[in-house]
Amino acid sequence: MEFFLISLLNSLSYGLLLFMLSSGLTLIFSMMGVLNFAHASFYMLGAYLAYSISGVAGYWFAFFIAPLLVGVAGVLVERYGLRAVHKYGHVAELLYTFGLSYLMLEAVQLIWGRSAVPYGIPEMLQGSLFTLYTTTFPKYQAFMMLVSVLTLLALYLALTRTRVGLIIQASLSHPEMVESLGHNVPRVFMLVFGGGCALAGLAGVIGGNAFVTEPGMAEMLGTIIFVVVVAGGMGSLMGALLASLLIGVIQTFAVAIDLSLLDGLSAMGLGTSPGVFGHSVLSVTLSEVAPMLPYALLVLVLIFRPRGLLGKRES
Amino acid sequence: MSTHYLTRNRFASRPSSRMLFIWLGFAAVLMLAPQILTSSLILSHLTQMGIGMVLALSYNVLLGQSGMLSFGHAAFSGLGAFASVHVMNLAGDGLLWLPLPLIPIAGALTGLGFAALIGYVITRTSGVTFAMITLGIGQMVYASSLMFPAFFGGEGGVSADRVYGDPWFEWDFGPQIQVYYLVAAWLFICVAAMFYMTRTPLGRLLNGVRDNEERIAFVGFNPHLLRYMALMISGLFAGIGGALMAINFEIATDEVLSLHESGAVLLFTFIGGTATFIGPMLGAIIGVLLTKFLPDYTAGWQMYLGLVFVLVVVYAPGGISSLIKPSLDVLRQTVSQRRYASFLGLVLSAFMLLAGTIILVELMYHRASGAAGSLPLFGVALDHHGPVPWVVGTVILLGGMLTIKPAGRLLFERLSIGESAHQGGKQ
Amino acid sequence: MTGNILELKGVYKQFGRTEIIRGVDLAVKKGERLAVIGPNGAGKSTLFHLISGRLPVSSGQIWFDGHRIDDLNAQSIYRRGLSRSFQITNLFHRQSVYENILLAAMWSQGYRYTFWKCISQLQPLHERTREVLELIGLQSRHDIAVNLLTYAEQRALEIGMAIAGGSNTILLDEPTAGMSRGESDAAIELIKTVSVRKTLLMVEHDMGVVFGLADRVAVVVYGQVIACDTPEKIRANTRVQEAYLGVVKDKQKEVRDGVA
Repeated sequence: MEFFLISLLNSLSYGLLLFMLSSGLTLIFSMMGVLNFAHASFYMLGAYLAYSISGVAGYWFAFFIAPLLVGVAGVLVERYGLRAVHKYGHVAELLYTFGLSYLMLEAVQLIWGRSAVPYGIPEMLQGSLFTLYTTTFPKYQAFMMLVSVLTLLALYLALTRTRVGLIIQASLSHPEMVESLGHNVPRVFMLVFGGGCALAGLAGVIGGNAFVTEPGMAEMLGTIIFVVVVAGGMGSLMGALLASLLIGVIQTFAVAIDLSLLDGLSAMGLGTSPGVFGHSVLSVTLSEVAPMLPYALLVLVLIFRPRGLLGKRES
Repeated sequence: MSTHYLTRNRFASRPSSRMLFIWLGFAAVLMLAPQILTSSLILSHLTQMGIGMVLALSYNVLLGQSGMLSFGHAAFSGLGAFASVHVMNLAGDGLLWLPLPLIPIAGALTGLGFAALIGYVITRTSGVTFAMITLGIGQMVYASSLMFPAFFGGEGGVSADRVYGDPWFEWDFGPQIQVYYLVAAWLFICVAAMFYMTRTPLGRLLNGVRDNEERIAFVGFNPHLLRYMALMISGLFAGIGGALMAINFEIATDEVLSLHESGAVLLFTFIGGTATFIGPMLGAIIGVLLTKFLPDYTAGWQMYLGLVFVLVVVYAPGGISSLIKPSLDVLRQTVSQRRYASFLGLVLSAFMLLAGTIILVELMYHRASGAAGSLPLFGVALDHHGPVPWVVGTVILLGGMLTIKPAGRLLFERLSIGESAHQGGKQ
Repeated sequence: MTGNILELKGVYKQFGRTEIIRGVDLAVKKGERLAVIGPNGAGKSTLFHLISGRLPVSSGQIWFDGHRIDDLNAQSIYRRGLSRSFQITNLFHRQSVYENILLAAMWSQGYRYTFWKCISQLQPLHERTREVLELIGLQSRHDIAVNLLTYAEQRALEIGMAIAGGSNTILLDEPTAGMSRGESDAAIELIKTVSVRKTLLMVEHDMGVVFGLADRVAVVVYGQVIACDTPEKIRANTRVQEAYLGVVKDKQKEVRDGVA
């Protein structure tokens, strides 16, 4: 029971962080059709910037400034790079962001070095919030969840209640129409790209000290967020939320379960010995299979529901 | 302007002598390259270039010919590699008869088999959905490699010995030069086979699926089936590439299944250019140069790699092979019109760009490495502590950036004035 | 056997809650030339999409040559002998004119998914391609990439793609749309030539073309066929006049009164 509740809380906080990171990517992908391979790099940039700024001006200052800086970086990337490549099609845009992720990784390593940096949790957020049975639930994790939920709410309100939000929503599916109505769609794109990157940067600010801040952090989360965005459904923030939580649950629970099909069989009174063919497959535990599960989810969703779980875009 | 000169079909009833010359020339280059460039390090690079060409061409069957973007190509080549090391071990133990030169057949069958197995379902989709499915599948295969150590050998991978059985005409394929010629022979076979395929009805249909998969149905062909066949053909040749890797390195580890490997094949095929046959082959050469050759000379090779990617994507989206003909044209016109001054101006500008970039990148990496001494760069010692080298590098780079476009425009203006005068104002 | 090659029975098509085709019954006789006319948005192109397999019907049946085809995909319908052209040019845009026709002629020449024979050896295929090129008048442009052709040339190529396979039933969706008078006349001559002894369905807006070419005319308004008869009878049909050609008498009155 304890295991279940703790794992549930952990998957919730991980899932929400994933969502914050993928919400920006969903917006960018849905509106511009750009698979931003560098999205996780902006996450990394956010973490590193927060580390440096918090060392000089404190965590809370970094909390607000770092995402802003990352957003500005995103705007510059869109204005001076992506826009030039846009006319060559989606493969070119994708490769541009791929190359960009490479350059950002190198730049980060040049500036901050190749090993992890000690980006720590601020004192007031250290320690545990409460203790469930025998396991403590850290304050910081609760803080992360709070920030994620508030961000989601703010995003939802901004998209549905403000004028800019409505324009963005319309541009998600009909950019040409929106442009002929007189709106400056390229500027909207630039803002969305910058905004998406700022969200990734914010995720980096709060995630970088919960997890480790090191050059490899982008690669770790990079492909998972693609699974989230695509399995959740292109164009759907709710789908991204659903997929994030699903993956959060899958990965957290699966990693902790050391059972295999073989264990299941022996519980039923059947068993095999190591020499039998297929034994190696049956003896694989769920925790060993865990890294593969998000991708299995992706493949299954795309085969049976090519538009994603909640995707609304007509192909 | 008509369709690209290499994709346009010459429907002559017999191969022209020009094509024959090209094939003979290709064979000659393959055979003579290691005789001319004799260092053993270069030989290793040449071998890897050959393998890279097979992989890039197999990938281009999907991307360039059929319009199918895939992020999971390493699954096919990697599985081919693993199957090959196992077959090599079985053959070495005498349980199976397959001489080393024929090992790529095992790779081919593995790649083809895997594509046949999963292909029918996943090729129902196309475009971005298909690309994402391949990402998922590629990652699943990669992740499963650590789960099944019996086949994948766990973290250490599976090794094999390529010297087994009876030698072929006194070659036991121990020495690198013999491996090179084995790779070269298979490369020639693969290039010939894939080239031939583009000249068949299926080849044309795959181009059709790329250009308009809806219309292909309306002229009677099933686009799903065509994509399935493309995947199988691509998988077959990728498997051969994987087998060649296994032979060359005598080991297969989970690295050959990684997203890094899939990404590299995509990157270098694109950088070379997807519209022609030369493109992927050129891309493979560039790939080996940038990832295997360059690291010996500079710590900043990954930065250069990233810069090359981005520059090609922005300024040469058809790949570097798309620049060959225009560059040769410019050279020819420059010579015939004697516009040497303008040409030199452009060259100088480009040189400044290159020099400035190199100076700054090398300085940055030198400083980051924490070295106390100066950076030796082409015989000049640059002290990275003071501002001088940085300023000089920046000035040169800026100079190049500001002058390159005007220099280019000047040259083209001069050339086109000369060109129209030469043709008597035919415009 | 009624001599009808194509029959639509109670065909409905809706997208979400929007009904586009609202109960169409139509019978096309073998070998006839049927023009499909109607105001914009009436559903003419949608009907073509339903017949040719581009869209599935929501309900109803489509019979072609004695078999039901409403549940078949596009390539199956093509293989049974029904080909079509598109209103919005839908060609293999990166390839040359020659290569486009070649692809369109491949199936009927018997070359399936072959990868063992070199194309240059397949003489009958090349002969058919050259034949079609000559028919549509694009021999001199055979080497040009499609996206570099003029609009009229692209429309001619569209017709060529529909006939290259030698299908006995041809659907042409607004083949002369956007053409000048001269180009239109040439296209009509081409259509007359290629539709000899074949069944032709054509969506058209140009009444001159319709009345000069068609054996019968079907009038589609708001997703229904309100009349299907010979051109003269259609011209005299008051329902058609009201719905499509305009209410003639009132318009004349307005002009006289200086309102319009």
